[in-house]
Amino acid sequence: MTRLLHSFKDFFKVIFRNRQATIGLFILTFFVLLATVGAALTPLDMTVDYANRFQMPSWKHPLGTDYVGRDILAQVIHGSRDVITLGVVCAVMALGIGVIIGSVSAFVGGFTDTLLSFFTNIFLTIPAFPLMLILAVAFNVQNIWAAGFILAIVSWGGVARVVRGQILSLKHAEYIIACRIMGLKYWYIIFKEILPNMVSLLAVQFIGLFQNGIASSMGLMMLGVLTYRPTNWGVMLSLALQNTGIAYNPKGLIYFVTPIVCLALLQLGCIFFSSGIDQALNPRLRTE
Amino acid sequence: MNYFLRKLGTSLLNLIAVVVTIFIVLRMMPGDIIEPMAREEASRLGITYEEAYERVADRYNYNPQEPIYQQLVRYVKGLLRGDLGTSMLNPKNTVVSILSVALPWTIFVVSISLIISFILGMQLGALMAIRKRGIINNSITFYVTIVSAIPSYIIAIILSIIFVYQLRLFPKSGVYSIDVTPGFNMPFILSVLHYSVLPITTYVITSTGGWILNMKGSSVHVLGSDYVFAAQARGIPEKIIMRRYMKKNAMIPMITILAMAFGGMIGGAPLIEGQFQYLGMGAYLAKALGERDFILYQGLLLCISISVILANLVADLLYSKLDPRIRLE
Repeated sequence: MTRLLHSFKDFFKVIFRNRQATIGLFILTFFVLLATVGAALTPLDMTVDYANRFQMPSWKHPLGTDYVGRDILAQVIHGSRDVITLGVVCAVMALGIGVIIGSVSAFVGGFTDTLLSFFTNIFLTIPAFPLMLILAVAFNVQNIWAAGFILAIVSWGGVARVVRGQILSLKHAEYIIACRIMGLKYWYIIFKEILPNMVSLLAVQFIGLFQNGIASSMGLMMLGVLTYRPTNWGVMLSLALQNTGIAYNPKGLIYFVTPIVCLALLQLGCIFFSSGIDQALNPRLRTE
Repeated sequence: MNYFLRKLGTSLLNLIAVVVTIFIVLRMMPGDIIEPMAREEASRLGITYEEAYERVADRYNYNPQEPIYQQLVRYVKGLLRGDLGTSMLNPKNTVVSILSVALPWTIFVVSISLIISFILGMQLGALMAIRKRGIINNSITFYVTIVSAIPSYIIAIILSIIFVYQLRLFPKSGVYSIDVTPGFNMPFILSVLHYSVLPITTYVITSTGGWILNMKGSSVHVLGSDYVFAAQARGIPEKIIMRRYMKKNAMIPMITILAMAFGGMIGGAPLIEGQFQYLGMGAYLAKALGERDFILYQGLLLCISISVILANLVADLLYSKLDPRIRLE
């Protein structure tokens, strides 16, 4: 337990030493707080109120109101909960599939490896976004789990390939060979020797999947195949494009820009944090 | 030769797998998509429902009532004849005829963008590897960070709002003006360029960032190698080391990324071409999806998957040409 606490402390020490990683951590923490505490504290009123449409920012509506007079800030806050949950669901599922296929491929080897690598290759060949679109229609996606699953199905390929490569190179590392000669159990080697060496790789992959999942889910929403909640940023963006006449109507600008800024900030947070996490979890990078 | 055959075999296997995957996806469509059309045709032409069903199924080269292996045989037979069925909304248009109109425009836009962003990325990436600090490095880093945080479709939306709707500098839709006659003449070429400026700009803005990062990483790797050190020790001028030693060698691994970048760009086409209503594969994909024209959609998806497989094959062969070590593996 103390060892765990110690490595936790170490982790944050390294993160805070790196300016980019610190900024990234702050941005991500901000959005997580927004999605949990913020969403719990802000009431969401989605009733249509035409009299108050396109209001400028005020005390009552800090970011103004949208094309039917609903508060924009409340929508963005509640949307962040959806966006982040979807990103996490997608990342967990894709990481799970990728790790299982990649590690089985590397450990078993032989024909299984050839077959699984071939299978992985198919999913890396078919362009992800169009495949995602048609799958979303085929499964008639209505909830967050199905949406995350669709996103995961098209994005696990890269993870599987990276995990396979990493395990293959670790398999022939001298200390693993030493373990095998010592006659240590297979599972012991996997969980005590190989897995700790993959943590930083998996963490970086996780953030990448999270980031891509959010960007593509918003793309899906803009094409109208994924519309499960009107407050989601992607749905907000497509509503802004369809209903505010944004190209000619400067009053609709806040409603249009807010989800874009939020998305860009969240992506920025991911990019910054993942560059730092690599250094924090990979002791070899630290000393250099 | 051996290497070439092996790569060709892998690509063929990949192709078969992709065909089967897309076939399966088409079969997952909810409900019987042929049935309503068969009913409509039966009442319109005054023939029996079974007969109408058979006719409609033949037209789309897809009969969901057959057993699954027979469907696959029918699908593959159709493919070998170059028959992908017809569009569900407009049965006069075969899928192949739509592909032959749409594909050239997408290939045109994507390859021009790929060339521009590749060249830009190589130059800037190499520059970043040489100059570790300074205003140039900082501004490139800033650009790369911003671009990787904003998805390409958002850039497409912003560009179209500013340049199409506000400034009215570029057309709202289409691939060339209706006033010009297609052919090898100046007005037509200028019109084609005019219509493709915004899609190309979007692709270039978004994909250059990736090239810069990759090239920078590769260049730094090359700069750390022994032969560069040896060249420096021999007193070869820095400029020549940069050009002949670093850049050339650092660019070789970039070739494999070319195919991946091509796939990524073509995958993002539904949103980008859709935004500018540039009538290439992407715009048709978005359109077919919106109209639930699944027969057209699977044809388009198959076609872009094949172009990605081809791009991968070309990249592999190019790579082995540039780096002979690969062939021995």
